[in-house]
Amino acid sequence: MKNYELRITNYVLLALVLIALTGLFHQAAFAQEATPTDDEVNAIAKQLYCPVCENTPLDVCPTEACRQWRELIRDQLAEGKTEQEIKDYFVANYGARVLSEPPRTGFNWLVYIVPPVLILVGAYILFNSFRAWIKPKSAEAGSGQKKEAGASSSDDEYIKRLEEELKNRK
Amino acid sequence: MTETTTPTKKSVPLWAQITIWVFLAGLLALVGFGLNNASNPMAEIGKPVPDFDLVYFEGYEYNGTAEMKLSDLRGKIVVINIWASWCKPCEQEAPELEEAWGLYKDRGDVVFIGVDYVDTPEGAFGYLKKFGITFPNAPDLQSTISSILNRQMGVPETYLIDREGILRQIKIGPFASIAEIQAFVASAE
Repeated sequence: MKNYELRITNYVLLALVLIALTGLFHQAAFAQEATPTDDEVNAIAKQLYCPVCENTPLDVCPTEACRQWRELIRDQLAEGKTEQEIKDYFVANYGARVLSEPPRTGFNWLVYIVPPVLILVGAYILFNSFRAWIKPKSAEAGSGQKKEAGASSSDDEYIKRLEEELKNRK
Repeated sequence: MTETTTPTKKSVPLWAQITIWVFLAGLLALVGFGLNNASNPMAEIGKPVPDFDLVYFEGYEYNGTAEMKLSDLRGKIVVINIWASWCKPCEQEAPELEEAWGLYKDRGDVVFIGVDYVDTPEGAFGYLKKFGITFPNAPDLQSTISSILNRQMGVPETYLIDREGILRQIKIGPFASIAEIQAFVASAE
């Protein structure tokens, strides 16, 4: 009987240890999930630009300031914020200059509208210019043929007259 | 008899010409308007400093006031120090600035204001705590204040504004001693 009780106690203890270990592993795994990786941070950082050192994407910027901002992204990811929420935070705090593309609002629309319009206008002007360059040439070519034709007909008349006069002399 | 035909030049219709010119004029007006709005007025030595808003960090307000305009400090000598937590040279002068503030804060006619240039909140509060800064401090995340003050090189830079609101001096780089800070302030008295 004593042996039986001891065995049960051993099983209970083993079960408790297993439960405790499972809990610890689960916590460790959860902690690892909660810390965003460098790749996750850089996926957002590369869409943002350093607010201090201009024209440098945040993921490759080597300064202390950029390291702090990357940590800020990591903290916000750990808090469960989405990519868009993090980008919105940066724009709200540091201005639209941190974005790789200007937001499509207000005056910024000019950036998206003016270049295509200018390209279309330029293409129209080029098309018209090329057409104008081609037309006079063809016109010249046409008049040249006429001139040649005129010249040959006048030559024929001259030869005819010359042959007639030569015949008359004979 | 040969007929000569001269190619007739097609002219752009009047309505199209007017549309193009109106479009170009409108575009120029828009660009001009945008540039005018985008550019802040800038401070110059010997001239009044354009007004701007100061929204202080929590715990670093000016006499309990969380928001104010620079013009609210008219009648006082204002020392504005631009710094950042990522700026190593700023750390050189931070203890001296705090010590110098200790010499003036009871006088009431000299105000030190720190402006934290494009920084993170954690970095800013860490820096203020690390150096035991007690004078009022405000963030400048979008560099509005520093561009109005006409920041010359980088950080740190310190601006001295006299009692009439006129910019007297700009110190580029860190102060080396308290004596240098005192001489800087004295030049506006």
